[in-house]
Amino acid sequence: MNEFDQLLKTLSSIVLQSSPLILAVCGETITERAGLINLSLDGTMLLAAMTGFIVGLKTNNLMLGFLAAAIVGMFFALIVAFGSIRLKQSQVAIGFVLTLLGDDLSAFLGQNFTRIRGPYVMKLGIPILKDIPILGPLFFDQDIVVYFAFIMVGLTWWFLFRTQPGLKLRGVGERPEAAFARGVKVNRVRYIYALVGGGLVGIAGAAYSLDVKLGWSEGHTRGLGWIALAIVIFGGWSPIRGAVGALLFGGTKALATVLQRTFPQISVVAFNAIPWVLMIAVLLVSTSDLTERFINWMPKTWRRPLRRFLRVSAPTSLGVPFGED
Amino acid sequence: MKLRSWIKLTWPGVPILMALLVTSLILILFHTSPKTALVAMVEGSFGDQSKVLQVLAFLVPLLLSASGLLVTFTAGLWNIGVEGQIIIGAIMASWVALKIDLPTPFQITLELIAAMAGGALWAGLVALLKTRGGVNEIFSGLALNNIAIILTNYLISSPWQPPEGGTFRGTQPFAENALLPLFGESRFSPLSLVLALIAIGMVVVALRGTFWGLKLKALGKNPKSAFLLGVSSERELVLALMFCGALSGLGGAVRVLSWFDSLRQSISGGIGFLALLVVMLSAFQAYLVPPIALFFSIVLMGSTTLHLRTGLHPSLGGILTGVMVLFVLLFGDYGKLFTRRRKINPPIVQDSSHE
Repeated sequence: MNEFDQLLKTLSSIVLQSSPLILAVCGETITERAGLINLSLDGTMLLAAMTGFIVGLKTNNLMLGFLAAAIVGMFFALIVAFGSIRLKQSQVAIGFVLTLLGDDLSAFLGQNFTRIRGPYVMKLGIPILKDIPILGPLFFDQDIVVYFAFIMVGLTWWFLFRTQPGLKLRGVGERPEAAFARGVKVNRVRYIYALVGGGLVGIAGAAYSLDVKLGWSEGHTRGLGWIALAIVIFGGWSPIRGAVGALLFGGTKALATVLQRTFPQISVVAFNAIPWVLMIAVLLVSTSDLTERFINWMPKTWRRPLRRFLRVSAPTSLGVPFGED
Repeated sequence: MKLRSWIKLTWPGVPILMALLVTSLILILFHTSPKTALVAMVEGSFGDQSKVLQVLAFLVPLLLSASGLLVTFTAGLWNIGVEGQIIIGAIMASWVALKIDLPTPFQITLELIAAMAGGALWAGLVALLKTRGGVNEIFSGLALNNIAIILTNYLISSPWQPPEGGTFRGTQPFAENALLPLFGESRFSPLSLVLALIAIGMVVVALRGTFWGLKLKALGKNPKSAFLLGVSSERELVLALMFCGALSGLGGAVRVLSWFDSLRQSISGGIGFLALLVVMLSAFQAYLVPPIALFFSIVLMGSTTLHLRTGLHPSLGGILTGVMVLFVLLFGDYGKLFTRRRKINPPIVQDSSHE
């Protein structure tokens, strides 16, 4: 195998590794665009990964596994939505408790199913398309989870920015009073998209245990939910930018593995810190005043594209509860 | 009417009973009777003197972090980085214990000061990222937690590995004079409990009786108007976080110098997150923090005993405390739960452009 094929193989594995993260980012982007923060991602994905694996194993049916994981995701999202909308409690508090609870529940309920082989998603190349040079092996010689993730990115983008219900969704997240005055049932919309987003996050969890990181063990996907939450911010609440962020994250991890082989004298554990340092750096660039100063220091014609590229702004009413009375 | 006020009075017990019920159901799912679990929990924490001392030893760092978190929550901050602050405190204390050799009182004082400084600086990083960089403290704190864990693993596996070779378990045990004086054969250091009680006392006084406490409250309730009234939000936020970091760092020192005798891989083991739950359950009331922290310590130690006896995963304690906090958050407030919603039609907006 020559160098080029090796590179192509690495890149296609990055695409595969990133697809669950892309799904989670899409789900959370939808929820947050509607103005609700579901902070429970890390716990939700753990519990969903565990549930998806056990259901898939017991029924020997992958679809049921993914379905069960989606239900888990929707259930946690429902708790966050109900708690913040109906009971008017802090979204962050509920989300955080659910993060810890999901972790502990998955460790306890899945304790008899650790480190065993289960069903997994088969590779399914798309005929003709997979023979396109470069793009074929990267995007069309993968499995159904990858296709689903990329279809969801496009679908989410199209829905959010090109359809009437998508406009309503964004209106609810930006100016709920205005949407309400226009007759939109703000809180009903928030419930619906919390459930949709939660379902996708659940599927993302099962995509790990049934496809990308096979099987179940305690803390199987720990930390990835938080990474997804940070990527949503980095992606500026756009599914396409978010997907790029997830792919870049996967790429950095692959790069770290390569660097580790090249520089064996540096401790292995140092490379584990890369995602977290990256998380802080990326958020710093997207939100810091320094970036704004840097942009203003640049030539005038560059400012607009640079600002579009570097800066993000959250939905105006993100995390702000809306009282209909 | 009488019945209603009676229900209102006993309402806070309802979410707690619900949490016990849910946990019991999970136990039954695993063919264990809740009674077995209860017996294990009670015996595991009150069985004999050593068990009680174990609970107290576990309680100290929890209480220290929870005291610090009362301050950051008052300022309206989500200091999830508390876990990392504990770990950095443990690392700093270990550093002094391994590299410096002084007579016991000076040695321990230096270790505790180093731990507090380390925790405060780690928290200061979160504060700086928030005030200067606009990075939400939840994300920076979480990333720094993970970096602290990775740093511990690095130290244990390379520079501080025991002379007999690299195990991933921990450093070599510290010298006798570097450890906190313990009560008998236990892991409990009475001195550390005294420090923790002083800490929570200080927090109560600071929040109730000082101008600083008042400023923090103003910040937490409404940052904008506090700023307009001349409260320097940056200074207060940095101070609040560093105060919490210092107390958590002290907790980390207690972990390495009394609970263990060396720096270990999971040196905190989630005590910071547990402290967050304690303070959330207390609804930010300082006087409720010690009893809740004690109760959580009992549950956690009990579930370890349950694990040793029945082989059930020790995360059961985390489930019980987590469900309890969740239900109290959701259903604890009688007023919010049972006030009737008024149904109002959307106002009819006149669109002036059509006129």
